[in-house]
Amino acid sequence: MAENTTASKSAQIAARPLSPFMLGPYYKFQLTSVLSFAHRLTGLGLSMGTVLIAIWVLAAAAGPWSYAQFAQVARSIPGEVLLFAWSWALLYHLCNGIRHLVWDTVHGFDLKNTYLGGYLVVALSLVLTAAVWIVAFAF
Amino acid sequence: MSLRSPLSQARGLGSAKEGVGHWWMQRLSALALIPLALWFVFSIARYHVADYPTMMAWVHAPLVAVTLVLFFIAGFYHSALGVQVVIEDYVGNEALKIGGIALVKLAHFALAAASIFAVLKIAFGAP
Repeated sequence: MAENTTASKSAQIAARPLSPFMLGPYYKFQLTSVLSFAHRLTGLGLSMGTVLIAIWVLAAAAGPWSYAQFAQVARSIPGEVLLFAWSWALLYHLCNGIRHLVWDTVHGFDLKNTYLGGYLVVALSLVLTAAVWIVAFAF
Repeated sequence: MSLRSPLSQARGLGSAKEGVGHWWMQRLSALALIPLALWFVFSIARYHVADYPTMMAWVHAPLVAVTLVLFFIAGFYHSALGVQVVIEDYVGNEALKIGGIALVKLAHFALAAASIFAVLKIAFGAP
């Protein structure tokens, strides 16, 4: 009897929904949650991007031939698009990371400020991305 | 009243046995990365179209080489800590979780070592 209850209980625990279960039919997206997902996704993307950064410096260190091979891929249209997306991902993660650091000081947790910070982060990440590319090519 | 033993309280490591170490280092590396990553993304935007001699001369400058190494240390560390949290949050199977975290940490170590070595090779090489 006792074992039976334990068994059904562990089966229940095994079948319980895990973290992102509520996405889809049970969950209405809002700015705050979308930005939170975006923080994780850009973080993961940037982690994968470190592989390309390592290849970039290794190709340069290996010599002119390998650097030319890498540069050819990097300067192709898909390469440039990826690089532009990477720059936004980094700047978004950076801006929203600062938002997280502010939260760590127990500030800006009320509804008004979480939304205000969210809109600010999105706007700032776009402005910074544009600024980086304009300054990089203008000077 | 606390159910924790006095020794456990003095150690302050909590149930995960590592205290706030991970949390704190994630924040510290994030703080370091604010200026470093801003500089790096700007540098990439600017130097990804550079020809070979320009790229060599850029990395060869001591200030650039040191800043690149600092960025790689903080960046790969921050990245390893972040991916670890994602794995801990979404991978339920204990063996997969431990194995995945080990793999991620080793991969980050290898990439960091290779990237830093590449920068130093250029920095210490002939200008």
